[in-house]
Amino acid sequence: MRFRRLGIILPLAALALVLMAGCGGGGGGGGGGGGGTLVFGAESDPVVLDGALVSDGTSIRVLYQIYEGLTALKPGTSEVIPSLATSWKASPDGMSWTFNLREGVNFQDGEPFDADAVCFNFDRWYNFPEAFQNASVSYYWQYGFGGGFAKPAEDSPGPSDSLYKSCEAVDDHTVELILNRPSATVLSTLTLPALSIASPKALQEFGADEGTVDKEGLFRPSGSFGTKHPTGTGPFKFESWTRGDKLVLVRNDDYWGEKAKVEKLIFRPISDNAARLQALQTGEIQGYDLVEPQDADTITGDDSLQLLERPPFNVGYIGFNQSKPPLDKLEVRQAIAHAINRERVVDSFYGGRGVVAKEFMPKEIFGYADDVVTYDYDPAKSRQLLQKAGVTTPVKLDFWYPTEVSRDYMPDPKRNFEAFAADLNKAGFKVNPRSAPWSPDYTDIIETGKAQVYLIGWIADFADPDNFIGTFFQDPKPEWGFKNPEIFNLLDKAERETDQAKRTSLYQEANRKIMEFLPGLPYVHAKAALAFQSKVEGFVPSPVGVGGESFATVSLGD
Amino acid sequence: MLRFAVRRLLLLVPILLGLSILVFVWIRALPGGPAQALLGERATPETVAQIERQYGLDEPVHVQYWKYIQRTAEFDLGTSVTSRRPVKDELAERFPATIELSLAAMIFSVVFGIPLGFIAAKRYGTWLDHTSLVASLIGISIPIFFLAILLKYVFAVKLGLLPTVGRASVLIDFSHPTKFYVLDAILAGNLEALWDVLKHLILPAVALGSIPLAIIARITRAAVLDVQNEDYVRVARAKGLAPREVDTRHILRNALLPIMTIIGLQTGLLLSGAVLTETVFAWPGMGTWLVGAIRARDFPVLQGGILFVALVFVLVNLVVDLAYALVNPRIRVS
Repeated sequence: MRFRRLGIILPLAALALVLMAGCGGGGGGGGGGGGGTLVFGAESDPVVLDGALVSDGTSIRVLYQIYEGLTALKPGTSEVIPSLATSWKASPDGMSWTFNLREGVNFQDGEPFDADAVCFNFDRWYNFPEAFQNASVSYYWQYGFGGGFAKPAEDSPGPSDSLYKSCEAVDDHTVELILNRPSATVLSTLTLPALSIASPKALQEFGADEGTVDKEGLFRPSGSFGTKHPTGTGPFKFESWTRGDKLVLVRNDDYWGEKAKVEKLIFRPISDNAARLQALQTGEIQGYDLVEPQDADTITGDDSLQLLERPPFNVGYIGFNQSKPPLDKLEVRQAIAHAINRERVVDSFYGGRGVVAKEFMPKEIFGYADDVVTYDYDPAKSRQLLQKAGVTTPVKLDFWYPTEVSRDYMPDPKRNFEAFAADLNKAGFKVNPRSAPWSPDYTDIIETGKAQVYLIGWIADFADPDNFIGTFFQDPKPEWGFKNPEIFNLLDKAERETDQAKRTSLYQEANRKIMEFLPGLPYVHAKAALAFQSKVEGFVPSPVGVGGESFATVSLGD
Repeated sequence: MLRFAVRRLLLLVPILLGLSILVFVWIRALPGGPAQALLGERATPETVAQIERQYGLDEPVHVQYWKYIQRTAEFDLGTSVTSRRPVKDELAERFPATIELSLAAMIFSVVFGIPLGFIAAKRYGTWLDHTSLVASLIGISIPIFFLAILLKYVFAVKLGLLPTVGRASVLIDFSHPTKFYVLDAILAGNLEALWDVLKHLILPAVALGSIPLAIIARITRAAVLDVQNEDYVRVARAKGLAPREVDTRHILRNALLPIMTIIGLQTGLLLSGAVLTETVFAWPGMGTWLVGAIRARDFPVLQGGILFVALVFVLVNLVVDLAYALVNPRIRVS
């Protein structure tokens, strides 16, 4: 090592200094903005841009811009509206649905959108190879749509379990979906980006279903459909994707509907929440999702930024397991409900983003009943009810809460638990605190019916009451520990009913019955929030989140 | 020398084997498995069992480990559970970003650390010396992520001078044949891109380089103080050599030995520091990749990625040792 080396180092140091000084004079570090380009800060890269193969929000957000389904949700609501299908009709027995398709629509590769294209997609899902038949890959086909598979793997649902039976192209622009059992949730689930229609030509040409199984049995897709050639009918089309850096979409100028306002839509992965906020402040991105409650004040306090809240699409509740006495007594359950001060918890722990729940689904979903029985905070009444129930006070409760988890509906489970436990202890109960790490222990304890009273919640997959109260109460479940044929039957009937008005009133009736029966106490619906620069206009937050939020209406003002 | 090198290389085998076991066991000790992470709220005992069977996670651990070792020996790192792509491909995309950032951080810390330490030693006992001492203490003790957020707040949010995320502006396009963006921009002859890439490098490099900078400055100061009282320095001065000549030829050159050692050690440590820095700056390197994999319990990525980082760390240290042996013959003997 000669010291002459320093002769290199010193000029380098000088260069670095000049560079740094130069930055002082140089233009802003912002980038972004202007020129019709919107840069959105995503949490990560999407998994793959093939709707049928993903269930994560980051992928779905991008998919919703490129693809469309037969039905869609009216922006900002959970109301089903026409999309690639212009109208539809169920057969009287609910076993088949006929869709009239929009005419004059082309895929982004120029191929026509028609009945054959629709059936090609359904057949593709139904005939997925074994490697795709797992819940982390084709979740929405299996659990959202209730689909099974033509050639099922060992543990997968087969043709007999499948809701889907076949798809027939009646003519170029009419398609008939034939089901194995009646279902009215079809319309809601068809709004899912996972069930959107892709170009059959691109799917085949770019090997969407091709791949190899590696030595560990993991499927490795080899096609480039989902990574380089995603092709749908939506307002934006794919341009490029550099993982970790950016995913670029451009306006589809041949779009059948109203064209997108921005020319380019770029998704930039920024996993750190604080980093997303700072990037928004500098203008490197113009918007981001999943705003932390603690950042809300910073954003609302800054004139150049805005906070947009989504209508809530979840519920946080206290579950009662009726197989564990004395919870089988209605009076005891009512006593718990009156003992708990829900308003205080929602006001204190949700950063202004919580709404006190009256029933097990938010009012944004059809079938919500305004006139359910309510249970006001009234500890004196709790004691009376316990007396009426003839139980010895204090009533001992094993009350479970999860650790190592945070959800919109439950940002800090322990704090909720502590407040609820204090309320209960004041009203004639004696709470025995129990806890376990969320995954897998806690969820397992709850699902197998081992917990007596427990904190939990639900984030819906699609905008249908079936995905709330249908999921909870349509069948006997160990976590609830009750059999109530009246409620089970009512929900069965509602799920099958294809007349929307009748369906709505059936679900309203079910909600009334449920809140009378009080299998648990719903206490909060929490709103998720997005942040944008103030100049960004036209973004409509959806109750279903990323799967219902189009960037086509977004524009950049000044 | 050759024997020394061979011995050190052979030592790699047990080191890597031990590391692989550690990583393997550690990942499986994390609460929750990939099935739960993938399914989230939707995890039911059935779906979890289905996924675990598919991914071979229901097999006994020693069987899983044996398979893993066999695959790894064939340079097959498996498939990412989340992205469904070969771990090797992802690694190849991510690694250059981390190297580029680490190099920039190293250059920053050497370029500023050595002169700082040198000046502090020359002005021993003055306010300048004390200031640099305090500054380097702060540099060592301040958490990287905090410094990163602070730097971003001042230079990006308040002053609007520098970008805060990524390796380049999303609005600039240039091809990436080498995946080293600085090099790519130079190869493309795209000055605008080069300028943009350099601007994106500054804050992460400063944040990441702060600790090595402080350490190098302190070591340099101590070494220079040591050397400048040596007899040969006094002789050099006495024979009328220009002070500048004495500083460069005699003092700094002899002080470089400990400095080099510390630079080598810090280079290895930079890799671990990069994990935090990358996350805060959304730098698409090994750090953000591994943090994402921890969140998703992406076992193949964690196994492959951590083993690779460990390998690099061991190799860097090996190179440092070898270089040191070249410079200082005494090492070879021991």
